[in-house]
Order: sequence, then C-alpha cells, then structure tokens
Amino acid sequence: MNNLDKVKSIIVNKPLKLDCGKEISNFPLAYETYGKLNEKKDNAILVFHALTGDQFASGKNPITNKEGWWNYAVGPNKAFDTNKFFIICANVLGGCMGSYGPGSIDPNTNKAFGTNFPVITINDMVNAQYNILDFFNIEKLFAVAGGSMGGMQVLQFVSNFPDKTKVALPIACTASHSAQNIAFNELGRQAIMSDSNWNDGLYETNKDNPDKGLAVARMAAHITYLSKKGLQEKFGRKLQERTDLKFGFDADFQIESYLRYQGSVFVDRFDANSYLYITRAMDYFDLTKKFNGNLSKAFEKTKTKFFIISFTSDWLYPTSENKDIVIALNALGADVGFIEIKTDKGHDSFLLDVPDFLNTIKNYLNTTYFKLNEKGI
Amino acid sequence: MKKEFKVISDLIEEKSRALDIGCGDGNLMEYLLQNKTKDIRGLEISKEKVQKCLSKGLAVIEGNAENDLKQFPNKSFDYVILSQTLQAFLSPENVINELLRVGNRAIVTIPNFGHWKVRIDLLTKGTMPVTKNLPNEWFNTPNLHMCTILDFYNFCKKRNIKIFKSLSLNGEKISDISQSNLKFKNLISELGIFLIEK
Repeated sequence: MNNLDKVKSIIVNKPLKLDCGKEISNFPLAYETYGKLNEKKDNAILVFHALTGDQFASGKNPITNKEGWWNYAVGPNKAFDTNKFFIICANVLGGCMGSYGPGSIDPNTNKAFGTNFPVITINDMVNAQYNILDFFNIEKLFAVAGGSMGGMQVLQFVSNFPDKTKVALPIACTASHSAQNIAFNELGRQAIMSDSNWNDGLYETNKDNPDKGLAVARMAAHITYLSKKGLQEKFGRKLQERTDLKFGFDADFQIESYLRYQGSVFVDRFDANSYLYITRAMDYFDLTKKFNGNLSKAFEKTKTKFFIISFTSDWLYPTSENKDIVIALNALGADVGFIEIKTDKGHDSFLLDVPDFLNTIKNYLNTTYFKLNEKGI
Repeated sequence: MKKEFKVISDLIEEKSRALDIGCGDGNLMEYLLQNKTKDIRGLEISKEKVQKCLSKGLAVIEGNAENDLKQFPNKSFDYVILSQTLQAFLSPENVINELLRVGNRAIVTIPNFGHWKVRIDLLTKGTMPVTKNLPNEWFNTPNLHMCTILDFYNFCKKRNIKIFKSLSLNGEKISDISQSNLKFKNLISELGIFLIEK
C-alpha cells in the first residue's frame, strides 16, 4: 500500500451526509479510467468494484504490479470494450487504494483514523462516486456495472439516480444481504479483531498490521467465492509437494497451501480496517428496507434498461436472490433481461474467464449502445 | 415461419405492450420491434437462446412459463404471445390461465395435429406422424400435449374464453376460421392462430 501518491483522485468538496449521521467533505476519491470519452459524452460506463477490488479494473495495477481485477472483462475488444467505451472505476469510500477510508490521516491526531472513521454504507459509497460524473461533465452514463458488492452499488445507483444511466448490469449480487452473508462477514471481522495487532483498530499502518487476522479473514472468504465442485476438481485431496501425509499441521493438502497463499498475498495489498468497514457496509445493505419491503419501489422512477446475471454455482449470492431483483423489476414492467450462466467457478465467476458470460455482456452492450444511438435517446 | 410472424403482428395494435413466451432466438421479438411496438419482453427456457436474445439487446429473461409467469402482475401486458409452444407444457391448461391473467389478450398459435397429412400418416403407416411442423419422433419429441384446431376451439368454448379471431395458416395461405368451416379448416390448416381473452 505504498506509492499511493501515484494514483489519480478527485477531491470531493461538496459535503456528503452519511447514513450514520456524520458529514464529510473535502475528501479524496481515487479513480482510474480506460478508453476515451467521446465528444457527445455518451459512452461512459461506471464500473463498481467488489469488496477487495480497487479502481484498477484493467491492465496492470501500478501499486500491486498485478493484473487489474476485471482484466478479463475490461480492455480493447473485451466485454467492456475500451475501443468503444470510456470506463471509469473509483475506489470505494472506506477503501484503501487512495480513497477516503480508515487508513486516511485524521488531521486532528495526524494518525490514521482507524476505527474513528465513520461507518459507511453502500448508499454512501454510491453518493460519493456520483461526484465523478460532475468531474467528467457527464450528463448521463451509458451504463453502470459491477459484480457482488459492485452489483449492490449498481442497484443503489439506479435507485438514487434513476435518470443518470441508460443501462444497469448488476451481476451476482443481492438487494438485501442475507443472514449467511452477514455470518461470513462477521467471521472475517472476528478473525481481524482477534489479532492482538489490531489494537481496537488503532494499529499503525504498514508497521504492526493485524496481518494474521486479515489473512484468516481472506482465507475464509475465499472459500465462499468458489464452488464445491470447482474446489474438488482443482484440488481434490491432492498433497502439497509431498508423497504422503506428514502427521502434523503443515499444509499437507494443496487446498491448504492455496488458501494460505491467498491469505498471505492479500495482506500486502489490503488494509484490515478497510476490510471491517467495507464488509459492514455490505451487511447493512438492504434496499428493500427503505421501501417497506417492496423492492419494486426502489426502481419505480427509472427507465433504465436492466441486464441481470447470476451463476449456477454461486451459492454466496445465488440465482434466487438475483431473480428477486428481476421479479421486482417485472412487477414494474421495467425493461429487464436476465440470464443464469452455467459455470462451476462459483461466485468468483464474474471475475474469471467465463466466455458465455463475457461474450453475452460484450454483445449486449455493443448492440444496446448502437440501438439507443440509432433511436437518438 | 415468417408468415406466422406477420399474422401475429397484424393482430397486435401499435405501441402496445407485449410478452413473447418461449421467444427462442428472439426472431419474432425483432420482427415486432421493427413493425409494431418497441415495448416487448421475452421469456425463454433455453440458456443458449436467452444468451442469443440478450446479445441482440432484447429484454429477455430466462425462465419457464409454467413457473415464472407468476412474477408478472395481473394484466401487465396488452398481449401475451405463445407461438407453437402450448403443446410442450406439462399443463397447457394452467399456462393458458396464466396467459390470460398476465395479458389483456393472448395470441396462441398451435401446430395442428388435425391436418390431413398427420391423419393420413397415422392411418396408412400406423406410426406417429412426422411432418415439416412436427419433425420429431414419438420418443424424442418435446411435445407432450398435441392438439388440433378443433380441440383448442372446443377448449376455449368450454371455459368461456372469448375467441376474438381465429386464423388458419396453410403454407402461405391465411384464412379465417369460423364455426361453419371449422371442421374443414381443421383438416387443411398446418397452423391455427387464436386471439383470445377472458
């Protein structure tokens, strides 16, 4: 998490009233863009990242030197074709890649906010990112898109700003975080908070990070992103660089070694407090609550065209929860498309090379852009 | 069958809201988009076909008419279209009821099992008919409940379903079906097209 001075960011001057009641202003929002905004400014797509993502959706992430989290989907001739579209992605509020979050410095103490940072919600994240439209002078986006927590932001965006995007692509998400979702997030948070380095969230960043707790949180979460079948096929009971069991607690199995590795690389790029704040925001997400249990009401004012995608092997945000969104939209007679993509790759499918998924999005976006322009909307 | 598309299209008023059930590759939807109304949705059971429809930017959802029509409110469409699919349902009766609940009117087209070629096939060969419109063998046909134009006509009468218009399609020839020519049309039509309401 060094070299954050390299990232692009806007400073949001307008005060933002958070759901928790506090108000923030003059805060940074880090972003990245891909492709070119055309003269009519009608080809912009705002992409929302998931829990552990950041603004570097495509190409090489200059901070981690790894591929962007949506490199399969965003780029020239890809699903989100940067030859045609202008892709914007911002680091969420509460994140740790340059946006305002618990790792930001509190001017009062000259130390990181830590757990003194206000608790934020998906609604706050979306309201903060809305400022990006003003920054680029974009009157109306062509599309908003995102998977998992990114999908939740898509739903919230359309609900908050019904006439600011023509198309919405919520992928593998839910309108209301389930008890199971909350349970898994709580497991991760407890892992972090049980690490003695966590120190009530007031650890000194890059010095005594609660890496062990964060790594366990990541390991647990990682299992929820995969399917049983996918895990079995990839790892089965295969042993890790050994021919026999060692009768000890080292990583005998490849799956153990794999999870340990996932945990260890994660702590290099992610802040434990950000993990707490962002999972909390997901848990608080319940778009139906604001509308007294009637999800349709959340989208009543919009003419946005929806395309909802789920995956057969995703048990974290299963098809049934995605379909609830479809049903709510159908009740309004909204323009909605829905498909469940067949894959063994679990919830992570939206981040991976799943050709049926990527090709359908690509064709859908290209055709829809063409058709809407033809009609001059 | 492009002719069927035209007949269906002619039954639909401009700028109305339509739902195409079992929309397949979305060909009828595209035809209607070009010729009749911009407000059209589709429901399709095959993932592969839904993918094709979405690739064309059509508002199609993956689903099965026997379970997924529930989600649409009463009378949320002006027209619900069921083109040559009725015979493939477990319970065609329930599907018809749902069509008439969701739509003000329904357009149902049925491949006619009463066509003379079908009758001759069964009479002379003694085997289940295989024709241009019914290309499958008995053991691999998706069709569970074949019916004739006469069967469907009687079905509607018995259940007080109003038939606004009934048309016969034989090759490229379109003609009206009426009470007086019903038995004859049942013999010569490949396809029956009904506009109904309850």
